[in-house]
Amino acid sequence: MEIFVQQLINGLTLGSIYGLIAIGYTMVFGIIGMVNFAHGDVFMLSAFIALIFFLILTTWLGISSIVLALFIVLIIAMILTSLWGWAIERIAYRPLRGSFRLAPLISAIGVSIFLSNFVQVAQGARNKPTPPMVGDVIVLFQGASGYNVALSYKQIIIMVVTAVLLTVFWYLVQKTSLGRAQRACEQDRKMAALLGINVDRTISLTFVIGAALAAVAGTMYLLYYGVVSFNDGFVPGVKAFTAAVLGGIGSLPGAVIGGLIIGLIETFWSAYFSIEYKDVAAFSILAIVLIFMPSGILGRPEVEKV
Amino acid sequence: MNAPAITTAANTGKTSAAEGHFDLAAALKDAAKTALITLGLSIPILSYKTNQSGADLFLNPRWGLVAIICAIVFGLRLVLHAFTATRAYRKSLPSPHQATEAVHAEPSAYQKASRFGIPFFLGIALTFPILIYLIQGGLNESRYWVDLGILILTYVMLGWGLNIVVGLAGLLDLGYVAFYAVGAYSYALLSTTFGLSFWICLPLAGILAALWGMILGFPVLRLRGDYLAIVTLAFGEIVRLVLINWTDLTNGGAGISSIPRATFFGLPFTAGEGGFASTFGLEFNGMHRMIFLYYLILALALLTNFVTMRLRKLPVGRAWEALREDEIACRSLGINTTNTKLTAFAIGAMFGGFAGSFFAVRQGFVSPESFNFLESAIILAIVVMGGMGSQIGVAIAAIVLVGGPEILRNLNFLQSVFGTGFDPNEYRLLLFGIGMVAMMVWRPRGLISEREPSVILKERKAISGSLVKEGHG
Repeated sequence: MEIFVQQLINGLTLGSIYGLIAIGYTMVFGIIGMVNFAHGDVFMLSAFIALIFFLILTTWLGISSIVLALFIVLIIAMILTSLWGWAIERIAYRPLRGSFRLAPLISAIGVSIFLSNFVQVAQGARNKPTPPMVGDVIVLFQGASGYNVALSYKQIIIMVVTAVLLTVFWYLVQKTSLGRAQRACEQDRKMAALLGINVDRTISLTFVIGAALAAVAGTMYLLYYGVVSFNDGFVPGVKAFTAAVLGGIGSLPGAVIGGLIIGLIETFWSAYFSIEYKDVAAFSILAIVLIFMPSGILGRPEVEKV
Repeated sequence: MNAPAITTAANTGKTSAAEGHFDLAAALKDAAKTALITLGLSIPILSYKTNQSGADLFLNPRWGLVAIICAIVFGLRLVLHAFTATRAYRKSLPSPHQATEAVHAEPSAYQKASRFGIPFFLGIALTFPILIYLIQGGLNESRYWVDLGILILTYVMLGWGLNIVVGLAGLLDLGYVAFYAVGAYSYALLSTTFGLSFWICLPLAGILAALWGMILGFPVLRLRGDYLAIVTLAFGEIVRLVLINWTDLTNGGAGISSIPRATFFGLPFTAGEGGFASTFGLEFNGMHRMIFLYYLILALALLTNFVTMRLRKLPVGRAWEALREDEIACRSLGINTTNTKLTAFAIGAMFGGFAGSFFAVRQGFVSPESFNFLESAIILAIVVMGGMGSQIGVAIAAIVLVGGPEILRNLNFLQSVFGTGFDPNEYRLLLFGIGMVAMMVWRPRGLISEREPSVILKERKAISGSLVKEGHG
């Protein structure tokens, strides 16, 4: 029982991170129908940006309050990663609109290879550990066998930040004119353009929002694990994509639900079955969902138009 | 990092084209803007390097590097503006040849090149060890070059194998390395456990890989393009993770070592009596085995090419190409798309398996780390840059992408420019990534975009790649 509750907490934390990344996949897929393969590496890049700014703030500027430092790092990482997201869309995807179907995916794979190797060349191949940021835990209840169920401040921060940002983002997509333009482009790009929506700008903004949320995930990942390396983008990227597919690709609540489910499955699998095969489990879910339930939990079935 | 400079040109290039002259002020302004964006992108990932001492990380500022990169981006952007403006100006002049643009009249440059180029390349490939022997003046001196030749040919073969799946059938397979792994482990396990010889294991490895191609291919073939790609990626990773974790069978991450070497049709390459050297009355030299391996992989690669070229003319090959162009049209014409895709998957996988068992016999050692996603990405980069579907293009791309960094490494003047310790191999994948994007943006049909028609009625006509449109299957 104690193990179950503990794993539930861990799983939800991990799931929030996956959910944040998954939103980037699902939005881009919704609006231009491409799998943004490079999104996982954007997430990794943002973790590096966060790491460097965290070091600048704590060691050079001498900010001692960790919460303040984290807040500033989060804002800066979101801004700079958004710039990357914008630039990637502008360089690698926009010229390909109207090209053959696999072109954007191949281009995205190119961007993904570029980003991970760019970070490797720029920052070195070794794992980068951060100084421990938030170490305290709250012991929720003590188990009979001496096993404590603990909720760490890190986990609280991650879940709260995720929840707040998702609410803000939800408001953005549902209530603002930007969100309306985005949903319009998702439904029919040509018609949206005829009605005076700047489609290119809307698509750019989609990438910017996706990258900003990936930056939140990157910062939280750094906070949670305290270590990042140049190839950390690939596996979380694929898992977040799995989450997006599981939730129904194109659906925003689906992405979050999918993320939480994947996070829970991964932690429970590690706890009860074998930790070695946790990635195999995640990849298998991806394959199984795509084969048997391609529209996911909340997605619309896809109609192929000729 | 130069990529932003090059591609944001699309807008401004058009505006200056409309005016027909080169607007220096606007170009400067735009170049400055691009440089500014580059500056933004390089903060902080380029401007601060994290170094580790003990448990602590500290930062090394490198603003000089950022300044250099921004300056390069600025300059490139300006040059690009000048270039597009001049080209636009030249285009606006009436062309004397405009009306006489002939599509069918003469054999295209590609056809001319292929008439002389293919025998030339083939000749070089066949005589490569001899040429190297003559140039380097000895067997032992040519070891490095023959080794490089083997490496390149392995990738040529893998590229041709993947080309069947990606280039001909239009199925993006991101897990091709799984079949390479199946081939390598089949040989490694069969030879170490049952003592089977390479010549028995080679076809077995191919068959096993083809079988796995069918097993993995069967459930995923209903999926459309990009989903298929992701699922094959997942399968590739699953195979690798299973190889790592199933230690009873595969010895896990430590890999399988001391795999028996190939024999020359039963004659081992050993120094003693009954070996290759003594049977043929030669002085023993380890290079005999290398040269034998070179010809072995050359033969395997040529077999791949030969089979592919033949298959393209058969109904199944034509169905592949039709499938690539338009899946819905294919289905409505009564082509069984599942079988067609499955054969492409299985045959591509089979050649991957051959290449894998060759890899195992060359290395004498296999471990799961040789079969990660990057390997798939490199093979895919070779196929994409060679122009999907073009055999000679794939071969050239393999030579450039695999041989290029090796040759760059031996150029000493690069070290004096970039400082000692400069290793082009570090930048290899970086350039691959940029190359894949650039390829899709500028030449989505590959460097050699001309397509040879597979079947010809009466006369040979050149078909430009731009006339063939990839479908939305």
